[in-house]
Amino acid sequence: MEMPVPDPVILAKRARIVARLAEVLPADALITDPTETRAYECDALTAYRCLPMAVVLPRTTEEVAAVMRACHEEGVKVIPRGAGTSLAGGSLPTPDAVVLGVARMNAVIETDYPNRFIRVQSGRTNLSVTGAVEAEGFFYAPDPSSQLACAIAGNIGMNSGGAHCLKYGVTTNNLLGVTMVTMAGEVVQVGGPYMDAGGLDLLGVICGSEGQLGVVTEAWLRILPKPEGARPVLMGFGSNEVAGACVSDIIKGGLLPVAIEFMDRPCIEATEAFAKAGYPDCEALLIVEVEGSPAEIDEQLGRIKAIAAPHNPVAYREAASEDEAKRIWLGRKSAFGAMGQMGDYICLDGTIPVSELSFVLRRIAELSDGYGLRVANVFHAGDGNMHPLIIFNANKPGDLDLAEALGADILKLCVEVGGCLTGEHGVGVEKRDLMDVQFTRDDMEAQLRVKDVFDPGWLLNPAKVFPLYVTASRRAA
Amino acid sequence: MRPGSEAELAELVRVANAPFVLRGGGTRGIGAVGPGEVMETGGLAGITLYEPGALTLVVQAGTPLAQVEAALAAEGQRLPFEPPDMRGLLGRAGESTIGGVVAANASGPRRVQAGACRDSMIGLRFVDGTGTVIRNGGRVMKNVTGYDLVKLLAGSHGTLGVITEVAFKLLPAPEVAGTLCVDVQKDAQAVEAMAAALGSPFDVTGAAFWPGRGVFLRVEGFETSVRYRLGELTKALARFGAVDEVDGAVWQAVRDVAPFHGREGDVWRLAVTPSEAPGLVARAGADAVMYDWGGGLVWLLVAAGVDLRARLGLFAGHATRVRGAGGVPAFPPEPAALAALSAGLRAKFDPKGVFNPGLMRAV
Repeated sequence: MEMPVPDPVILAKRARIVARLAEVLPADALITDPTETRAYECDALTAYRCLPMAVVLPRTTEEVAAVMRACHEEGVKVIPRGAGTSLAGGSLPTPDAVVLGVARMNAVIETDYPNRFIRVQSGRTNLSVTGAVEAEGFFYAPDPSSQLACAIAGNIGMNSGGAHCLKYGVTTNNLLGVTMVTMAGEVVQVGGPYMDAGGLDLLGVICGSEGQLGVVTEAWLRILPKPEGARPVLMGFGSNEVAGACVSDIIKGGLLPVAIEFMDRPCIEATEAFAKAGYPDCEALLIVEVEGSPAEIDEQLGRIKAIAAPHNPVAYREAASEDEAKRIWLGRKSAFGAMGQMGDYICLDGTIPVSELSFVLRRIAELSDGYGLRVANVFHAGDGNMHPLIIFNANKPGDLDLAEALGADILKLCVEVGGCLTGEHGVGVEKRDLMDVQFTRDDMEAQLRVKDVFDPGWLLNPAKVFPLYVTASRRAA
Repeated sequence: MRPGSEAELAELVRVANAPFVLRGGGTRGIGAVGPGEVMETGGLAGITLYEPGALTLVVQAGTPLAQVEAALAAEGQRLPFEPPDMRGLLGRAGESTIGGVVAANASGPRRVQAGACRDSMIGLRFVDGTGTVIRNGGRVMKNVTGYDLVKLLAGSHGTLGVITEVAFKLLPAPEVAGTLCVDVQKDAQAVEAMAAALGSPFDVTGAAFWPGRGVFLRVEGFETSVRYRLGELTKALARFGAVDEVDGAVWQAVRDVAPFHGREGDVWRLAVTPSEAPGLVARAGADAVMYDWGGGLVWLLVAAGVDLRARLGLFAGHATRVRGAGGVPAFPPEPAALAALSAGLRAKFDPKGVFNPGLMRAV
């Protein structure tokens, strides 16, 4: 993974840049000591690390604007950072860049239950948004697995999803408006506490733009009333194909579960050894969760059971209590931890049309054999968002490269069958160099135009998302 | 002009040096379009791909909306966002196309629960102002690969490009729907009643106030579940007034703003924070009013030529004139910073200024 050569002019100006940042920030909001900036050298994609020139941790939109103005005037690149949980390297610094972290901006500004929105500073964690409204019976729907730690700013940057998006949508479907600071230091409000923003849908393109169009400092989010209850069912099947066919049939049957999760045998075995959730011994399992009153849940699960019957499930367990529900989810929620016990792993995030599920799983198994690396599959089956986990040994020379090559082959496969490279994690640096597999040069140029308008100088997170050869002339200008 | 293929359309745009007026079915366009040759999308029609088991549809932009809805209904599915039929309100004839629905981001009463048209869109192809074909998104539900131009094009009213193909995520059509009418007469109480319903766990898929008739609430799903939720809502809303179950036909009237059909005057729509709607309505001096989306969308019939924005003053939200001409622009003026970004995007996507020139700009 190549990064651009640091700009020697900027590196030479370091003292002046730090002095300018110190002018506009309180002393504790500027970090320049390498022992302290080391905490910001990477995000959750730990394979790549780089110390930034400085880290700023502002507390207000005004401070963010002042930092941006200073960086803009000096021509310094800015790397926005939420909580640093990106799996795609979205916040990976460069030596000639300033990391702008919003983690200290975590206040709830306003909650409005009659109008069903909450306004927060963007550094607030995903789960604590729900925490702020659950006493009133509301919740914030997008639920990435990192929700305990990840910030709304990063959710907006990557358009994060989660297990429950099948029913509730992803971040972009639950975002009403933002306050954003452009690279030039201008503060703009896009959308607000109402349902359709006027004019062009700038909000729609800002969400998921990976911190390349502006720094979001505040957000208006849609909050929803909590359903009366939820209950999962676990079903085991004799093959991946059969489990995939069952998913299709559930959807065709007019049901819309809040979640349909899929695990294959390698994943089941690993999680069982790790979490001991009492999963059945089978080739593939589905966890299907439905919501409503007890009677509504019974009815939906009755229909699901009838739909599953012809697929001869080898196990069928409805949660009869809160404790049983927790046990059903326990294995799924500890899948990544379980993989960590097996070795180092790369977590992929491609999406495929649900109809291609069986074929893709078969091809992944063939590729896995070919590379001699184990792959376990756990994914959101209802929407086709896969998370193949490639197990490798980081201490074995060449193993990381091999794992990355296998990962690239799997993602190319996702695109070939009509899917995409990333369903919820974002492109960052991790999938940057595969973008031309999915997009033509014209498709990418169209996207670059948007950045040209928001950030003509290409200073915001510039070496991400698009292959370097595609953005070279713009970054050099 | 009526190109028969995307390639032909792209070539026409590439060599163009005069503006086009883009046209799907001509049933829902708003605002004054400058002079230009009409470019119709009707030649690009047909369903490209429909996978009921994946809840996804890919369709050519010029395909009639009615044809799309029929194809989905045959599989027990539907577009989630309930696109309105604007012909009665705008006094138009013709056949709405799916591309026109997307260009207007046209969303009906279910928007309050299932999202707007843009929320159901997962991919599209369009021809930009240089005649280049651009693809964005795809045909899968979860996709964050690159920037989301799909949403940028949704609701762009043909000012950034000609949409040639669209991909949607769908929803199963419900087994049954039930509608309640709550006997509320005052606007403020009506909005409160709708907030109570939408804040309940009973998954309300429509909340509208038709002054003089009452608040209407809708739930959809399996028969037993709908019965149960109607019962719970009836109990929860009794404090606002008498609650009766009524025929679901009212939703088409709400969706298409039927009470305004055939009446004189300009039609405006407000996007607003629901609790602020009654105060705005009180200032509007309208001849007729309809609240949808729990009060987040307000339709107003006012005397021709009235500058409603001046009358309402500043509020969180915006006002669009969907019927009427002259005087103030139809589209809401944007703050300078946003207007500059929008103008910048138009200059990039339509450098020759050939698509519906001036349409969305506050002139």
